[in-house]
Amino acid sequence: MAANVRSRHRQHATGRALIYGGLLCLAAFYLMPLWVIITTSVKHLDEIYAGSFIGLPKEITFDAWRSAWSEACNGTACKGLKPYFINSLIMVVPAVILSTGIGAINGYVITKWRFPGSNFIFGILLFGCFLPFQAVILPMAQTLGFLGLAGTLAGLVLVHTVYGIAFTTLFFRNYFVGVPDELVKAAQIDGAGFMRIFVSIMLPTALPIIVVSCIWQFTQIWNDYLFGVSFTAGENAPITVALNNVVNVSMGRKEYNVDMAAAMIAGLPTLIVYIVAGRYFVRGLTAGAVKG
Amino acid sequence: MKRSIRFSDRLANWLPRLVLTPSLLVVLVAVYLFIAWTGWISLSSSNIVPRYDFVGLEQYVRLWSTPRWHTAVANLFIFSSLFLGLTTGLGLLMAILLDQRIRAEGALRAIFLYPMALSFIVTGTAWKWILNPALGVQKVVNDAGWTSFVFDWISQPRFAIYCVVIAAVWQSTGFAMAIFLAGLRGIDNSVIKAAQIEGAGLPLIYRTIIVPMLRPAFLSVIVLLSYVAIKSFDLILALTNTGPGSATEMPSTFMYAATFRRDQMGVGAASAMMMLMTVAAIIVPYLYSELKETRDGC
Repeated sequence: MAANVRSRHRQHATGRALIYGGLLCLAAFYLMPLWVIITTSVKHLDEIYAGSFIGLPKEITFDAWRSAWSEACNGTACKGLKPYFINSLIMVVPAVILSTGIGAINGYVITKWRFPGSNFIFGILLFGCFLPFQAVILPMAQTLGFLGLAGTLAGLVLVHTVYGIAFTTLFFRNYFVGVPDELVKAAQIDGAGFMRIFVSIMLPTALPIIVVSCIWQFTQIWNDYLFGVSFTAGENAPITVALNNVVNVSMGRKEYNVDMAAAMIAGLPTLIVYIVAGRYFVRGLTAGAVKG
Repeated sequence: MKRSIRFSDRLANWLPRLVLTPSLLVVLVAVYLFIAWTGWISLSSSNIVPRYDFVGLEQYVRLWSTPRWHTAVANLFIFSSLFLGLTTGLGLLMAILLDQRIRAEGALRAIFLYPMALSFIVTGTAWKWILNPALGVQKVVNDAGWTSFVFDWISQPRFAIYCVVIAAVWQSTGFAMAIFLAGLRGIDNSVIKAAQIEGAGLPLIYRTIIVPMLRPAFLSVIVLLSYVAIKSFDLILALTNTGPGSATEMPSTFMYAATFRRDQMGVGAASAMMMLMTVAAIIVPYLYSELKETRDGC
């Protein structure tokens, strides 16, 4: 019996070791690319060609970062990523605010002012979450041209807002479903109207989902490549398009450290948002499993 | 006076519908009308500019007689099956390991999920460099003493698609993990305790009791990741740029190149419709069942 207990103990200990061992290996695999990007971006180019790919840099230099930010060439110009970083900011801020605001009011109507057909309308909106954008890209290009927005950042803001509505509506709908209807009824009896209830009752309770929606939209729009490459060119390109151009320009010796610094610059905003508010990001991520 | 009250009452009644109308119209146009528009282009003779005539299924015939499209479809099949299998399996494993009341769970979860916050262009750039045989993993292993080690899949037409799989799995497994972990946390612990008292070991408990209880999570993971697989575009452009040759062509990259680079708008539209139909065949039944269950639950 005692031997049995001891072997159970040993089994338990090896089990724990296996669990931690497995998790640590996986963690190493997951961190490796980030490690490689960061260390490579602060190495001298000679050191990279001499062959240290995974090791620590012998000497830290931020030349590659400076070059990626203000000098790197992307096929049309050699102004670094800075102008495109600013383009992405100009695009992302209005698109996030607009799509989140529209989603909030849609979710409010669909849950608290149900009318015949409102569920059907929600279903129609929902398919927009899972639309392969290739199926709408040609007509969108035509329409942007017709509106005089072809190749502009305003056009990208419009596109991202339009195709963001489905997801933001889903977020707010799933959240407001959990807010008791009695709250709205009581406010109505007190004489509050449609907008008043939205602004002073629903919105204050919705703070967490507003954060989720903003973070989700920010990440999606910042990271978008398809719309950026299809609807803009040259000066007005967002950062993902510029990054891909910088990496694919091949003139002379390939500057891997600049490529990695450029990748890091393009990834930093969403990475920082993730580190600061990861919990909310994960909530947005799993909301696609519609029931939440 | 009475009339104006009635008018404001009526306005109040209609206000919610009025507020929802612009969104509905925008989505009807930008999603459904645009799909129909693409469908029409796919039935026309459009090449450089859209032409609104009708040539039947000619563009679809052209599409399916293009060798490049066959490569794209074959690649999508290889890529999706490996991508789905590996992300689901690895994600489940991670979730189960993380669910063993371990230390630093939060930090580990954050590490597994951070790739989801990054653009495929960013991670593709990093993987291109890691998989580069002259400078990346192959060189590290060679320098460490194993000189005959070869890992040059990215420059081999037959194997390059597996590089895309590696990078995509790395990027998306955290998502599967998050959904499975949420599912595991929803399972009542007393079930496990009862089985343990009966003398069942943990592997058996997981295989026969817990994994079957995760069915909804499996459904969500597989459906949502299929959607990711079908539309994946930026990763391929950043990692292999559909090369070597056209070895890593996918439907999404084919569609883009046909439409914007090769002046075959009709063929591009036809390929887009094929993609849409594939996605719809997976997503629409899923959404229908999810919504139906929610309504029953209410």
